[in-house]
Amino acid sequence: MRPLLEAHDLTVGYDHRVAVANVSLTLNAAEVTAIIGPNGAGKSTLLRALNGQIKLASGTILLDGQPLERLNRRKISRRIAVVAQEAELRFPVTVLEFVLGGRFPWATNAGWGWETERDLQIAEAVLQETELTELSGRLMNELSGGERQRALMARALATEAPILLLDEPTANLDLSHQATLLALVRNRCDRHQASALVVTHDINLASQFADNILLMKDGRTVHSGTPEEVLKPQILEEVFEVRVLVDAHPVTGGPRVTPVHEPYRHN
Amino acid sequence: MSSTASNIVTSPARQNRVTLRKTVVSCLALAIALLLSIVLMSLIGSEQLPARASLCALASFGTASCGLTRDQFDILFQIRLPRILLAAAVGGSLATAGAAYQALLRNPLAEPYLLGISNGAAVGTMIALVFFGASEWTRPFLAFTGALLATLAVYRLARGRAGATPERLILAGVIVTTFLSSVIVFVTTLMDATRIRSFTFWLLGDLSGTSKALLPVAITIAIVGTLALTLNARSLNLLMLGERDAFDLGVEVGRVRVVVFVVASLLVGSSVAASGSVGYVGLVVPHLARLSLGSDNRISIPAAALGGALFVIVADTVARTIIAPRELPVGAITALIGAPLFIYLLKRA
Repeated sequence: MRPLLEAHDLTVGYDHRVAVANVSLTLNAAEVTAIIGPNGAGKSTLLRALNGQIKLASGTILLDGQPLERLNRRKISRRIAVVAQEAELRFPVTVLEFVLGGRFPWATNAGWGWETERDLQIAEAVLQETELTELSGRLMNELSGGERQRALMARALATEAPILLLDEPTANLDLSHQATLLALVRNRCDRHQASALVVTHDINLASQFADNILLMKDGRTVHSGTPEEVLKPQILEEVFEVRVLVDAHPVTGGPRVTPVHEPYRHN
Repeated sequence: MSSTASNIVTSPARQNRVTLRKTVVSCLALAIALLLSIVLMSLIGSEQLPARASLCALASFGTASCGLTRDQFDILFQIRLPRILLAAAVGGSLATAGAAYQALLRNPLAEPYLLGISNGAAVGTMIALVFFGASEWTRPFLAFTGALLATLAVYRLARGRAGATPERLILAGVIVTTFLSSVIVFVTTLMDATRIRSFTFWLLGDLSGTSKALLPVAITIAIVGTLALTLNARSLNLLMLGERDAFDLGVEVGRVRVVVFVVASLLVGSSVAASGSVGYVGLVVPHLARLSLGSDNRISIPAAALGGALFVIVADTVARTIIAPRELPVGAITALIGAPLFIYLLKRA
């Protein structure tokens, strides 16, 4: 089966500084890939570049086998959905209206035009999936950080895009909602042959939910592979410059990473 | 995904959504109110006109005098009606431009007058008056150019590394406004003393000098501009929530931005060329439209256009009757209503 998205040898530069250098990756159906790495490793930049938002210095991105730059915006948006913490809520918008925004790529008339019954049904289905049905009439700026994050997720799911790019989707969420959200992503990938690329700082969530992990530092891929292959003490210690302990998760059996901090002492 | 659609719970927000039907009904109601105000306000003024005869003459579209004297007939059709129609065009243009700027710049405080865009158009108009005084057609053209240049200047100034915050945008507007004000003062010194007084009046927004040639231009631009922006309303709905998000969802951000900048500059340019800088219309009216009908631009832009027309017609009627037979510039009335609202919105932002 053809991969959903292939990126070859991507290099991205920002203001004369190279942010991503020679990164390649492949997103396959029914797979979750996590990108981990220290701050400033170029994780979010890579995510933006995959969506065509940041110009490439070199490299190619193939979406369903076609070069990304040859596709128009709405066609790309039907295939790639992004969840990032961007929404600026200075105008009152209800949760339902917000989530219906995810149907824009499918609108037959992009400028005017109205949502169809099918659009509404899809929006309501994803509201239910994200446990937001009760809140659908509330205004976005009245929601808690976690609820808002779920609304962002719901909007991305409403696009029906088979590729999900998520930039720290769990940053605002409590323990139970972190797991629910990633379970939602996992579910979408398994049931709908979708593929998700998740940028995260939470190595253990990555270990638990991802099939592949891409470890980045200074814009480069340091290591990529299954959680078992990547999450090894010597690799992590070199990249994060902190001592770590890796053992088996008592429930899942996957690798579990615990940083071991030297106690801080005054001299 | 649609496999689960059969047992979907209908969301509570479904009924309150903005639909085509709701948009048509609201706009029709506003259009009727607008038509009524055009008729009623043409009966009000320093010169009393017989109501029944005037209504009869208006209903005949000026083909029958219905017993009005020659002077009364001329007051109605040569003075009041053109002025009221111009007020409608100016109000509709400014409110539509305001609504579009607000959505595009993600800022409820964006307004042509406060951002210095009206001043840009004013400088253009003045240059046309001073250097090409004879040709009436250069005025709207140079006003449009001035508005567009001011728009680009504000946009560039406001855009920091982290995007444009509301405060930064307003500050950029202040800078452009004050700079252009000094240009206006400079151009004013090139004029003869007799014209300066009518000029300061015009600067504050004044509909008394309605030009026969510019009226059809202003009305056409108001209607076409409103349609053009309404046709981008769904993209603006997404832009209102962030440029990156809109891009991710398939909005051609660059194209929509160019459309809004050009069309809004045309709207502001034509209204400033015709009536000077009537302030705060673009702030007050879209705010009221969103408050009563919701933030969806598919309804709030056309509603703002009709509401803006209504608002300036009423404000101008107050301006020309409150101290009759003397007149106030209509901009003084709109600012009197708009400035307190601005403060309220700023405090809430």
